Amino acid sequence: MKYDAANSLRNTTNTAAQPRTVALVGNPNTGKSTLFSALCGVPTRIGNYPGVTVEEKLGKYNDGLGKITVVDLPGTYSLSARTPDEMVSVDVLLGRRREVPKLDAVIVIVDATNLERNLYLFTQVRQLGLPIVVVLNMWDRVGRADWKIDVSALSDRLGVPCVTATASKGVGLEPIKQAIRNATAAANNIQSCEPKLFPQTFYDEIELVDRWLADHGVEKLQSFLIERMLLDVGATTGEIASKSHLHSSLAALLNDSRQRLAAAGCRVPAVETKARYAWIREQLTGIAQRPTQDLQTGSDRIDRVLTHRFWGLLVFALIMFGIFQAIYSGATAFMDGIESCQGWVTATVQALMPSGILRSLITDGIVAGVGSVIVFLPQILLLFFFIGLLEDCGYMARAAFVMDKVMTKLGLSGKSFLPLMSSYACAVPGIMATRTIDNWRDRLVTILIAPLMSCSARLPVYLLLIYAFVPDTSWLGGWVNLRGLILMAMHLVGLCFAIPIAWTLKKFVFGGQPSPFVMELPSYKWPSQRVVLYRVLERGQAFVGRAGLLIFCTSVLIWAAGYLPSDHTELHAVTNQIESLEAGTDPGAEKSAQLIALEEEQRRLNSRLIRESYLGQAGTFIEPAVKPLGWDWKIGVGVIASFPAREVIIATLGTIYSLSGESSDESGLEQALRQSTWPDGRPVYTLPVAFSLMVFFALCAQCAATLMVIRHETNSWRWPIVTFVYMTSLAYLGALLTYQVGSRIFG
Amino acid sequence: MSTLADLTEGQAATIVEVSGDDQISQRIMEMGLTDGEQVSLRRIAPMGDPMEFSVRGYRVSLRRAEAARVSVEIHPSKG
Repeated sequence: MKYDAANSLRNTTNTAAQPRTVALVGNPNTGKSTLFSALCGVPTRIGNYPGVTVEEKLGKYNDGLGKITVVDLPGTYSLSARTPDEMVSVDVLLGRRREVPKLDAVIVIVDATNLERNLYLFTQVRQLGLPIVVVLNMWDRVGRADWKIDVSALSDRLGVPCVTATASKGVGLEPIKQAIRNATAAANNIQSCEPKLFPQTFYDEIELVDRWLADHGVEKLQSFLIERMLLDVGATTGEIASKSHLHSSLAALLNDSRQRLAAAGCRVPAVETKARYAWIREQLTGIAQRPTQDLQTGSDRIDRVLTHRFWGLLVFALIMFGIFQAIYSGATAFMDGIESCQGWVTATVQALMPSGILRSLITDGIVAGVGSVIVFLPQILLLFFFIGLLEDCGYMARAAFVMDKVMTKLGLSGKSFLPLMSSYACAVPGIMATRTIDNWRDRLVTILIAPLMSCSARLPVYLLLIYAFVPDTSWLGGWVNLRGLILMAMHLVGLCFAIPIAWTLKKFVFGGQPSPFVMELPSYKWPSQRVVLYRVLERGQAFVGRAGLLIFCTSVLIWAAGYLPSDHTELHAVTNQIESLEAGTDPGAEKSAQLIALEEEQRRLNSRLIRESYLGQAGTFIEPAVKPLGWDWKIGVGVIASFPAREVIIATLGTIYSLSGESSDESGLEQALRQSTWPDGRPVYTLPVAFSLMVFFALCAQCAATLMVIRHETNSWRWPIVTFVYMTSLAYLGALLTYQVGSRIFG
Repeated sequence: MSTLADLTEGQAATIVEVSGDDQISQRIMEMGLTDGEQVSLRRIAPMGDPMEFSVRGYRVSLRRAEAARVSVEIHPSKG
């Protein structure tokens, strides 16, 4: 068949501005998400398909004729569905998913420098009878590497329009939109005219199965599904399509078919890949010339170092170390700026409003709470920036390659490395990233240990305590800093526990083979600004959104729990008196005796009120349980309040200390912690207490979002409960051990 | 018969057959390792496993156990 561009253009004119839906499919590493965001910007809907763990990502754009909805399907090499998750893509493409409207066209995005393998998926998609647009992405590299691809000849041979693009630079979007417009317009006229790739005996068997299904009262299935039933041995496609009572007899039928095919020289599943790849090569002959020089020479040279027995591992360790040092020192300036902003807001509010419940809510609940969390946003953005960089330049796949052997020792695969590494930023996307692990047991173990990786929400806690209690000592001219070293050590605590836990789980709880490690190693490239920036913004936004909402609500609740039920009239009167006295005197002048007496009165009232509050009552109640960890009731209260989201501890401690008058408005929480004392005057925070608190935070499952994601990913309440119980027990024991040992050494 | 796992770095071979009909074998074939195709071993990971192969103009990694499913005819080395 010839692709007739003129004909589809003619059809454009008579279509009304109807909303249309297209799906975006492609192999991993083809720039699919980049094209999605280049076309649609931010997704209009991100959720999950019910019943499975696949993300549902929809976006929209206007092509001048009307709205086009783009459905982003997970990156895949093939439509052969091995799990219910992989079946989702097939179902969406076949219009069998109710959440997604019937498709008007499919965009198949391919890596233009890797046409042969990328077109494999195309040969499968083509059988679905939908109009297709093939996007040859990474076109800039084709030019640079001296490829010779005749795009119009390729369009003719494949029978579909092919357009070139460089999505990472936003190049070629208009032609893509135009091609989609034409394709969706031609939707009604398209005839399924795919050439038959397989030997005739294969089609005879399909016919046989089709007839058998009809005889057994099974609803007519698309021939693509029957083909998959026959080709995918022990896979999902067939199971889903068949009724359960027919299951065993269908399996027997398929088995007989496969045996006949094997006897005829068409062994399943080899027959499929052989036929498809042979067809692809035939189409590419003469119109797509690989460069004479190996494209991968540059990557090879880099890999000689980066996957080297010694240098590879050294570089890996250096990269990790560099990231933590950079985050630590690079973000300090931002932190100071944000902190002074916060102080300014508080002072402004205090100057404008008289002391009362509303002012207390604003300064102690909202500004103190949310502000002291946003202070840490720069570190989080930096961390996501580095992760985005490593992913986009191609190093992440090498890390999996280098790490695979180690991970197999734990019973996991190198593929678990990326989700675990991502969990260092946040366990939520990390747990979601476990979707790339095809083996369910590997995936579950990875999910269970992912929350032990030190996520960015723990960073604020570490930073606060490290700044407050670890001396600022540097060596080697400031390149190595004691605080940086401790910060790195804290990031390794969770990992040290995760290793034996993973090993035990794989050894005694879930047996079985590790998942295969058939993975593409993309060639290295200079990371695209657009891709990295988009990733940083998207994830930063997600963090702020989550932190903003969760922390705002929690900090207001915590403020209320710390404010109620006592009567504050007396305190407000005293505070107003102090402020009017201060306003009347010169800031440089010495305090009058009356002012000192009033301030003393204010502190006394504050301290009494917080003890009488709901929060104080709860803290006092759990004090016996946390005392062996070296904590007072205030820390206990902070820890309790931070179970929904661990970063809340900062807000809570801020609220507690600011309410109780121990921290003045100008000095930060660090100062308050250093000055905090037991009733007998001993300081609460010693080095062992700071470490016991950090170890607790390193190990505890204080994140409702993570638990909810686990619930969603495993589709069961069992695993979030297991995670919560094992991590909390581990945290308590870890903190106990740290304090008891630490206080004997330092105390 | 030799398999991909027997290759030494830089050695090339032609695929004879991918054994097995399970999902791992199917995945290996889907990645373009089909009968008659030329493959060469580029490098072995620092700890001896997995292995990186060049096939159809791109790079793919397989563990030794997976590479052993692919029987090949090793090309005589160029000298």
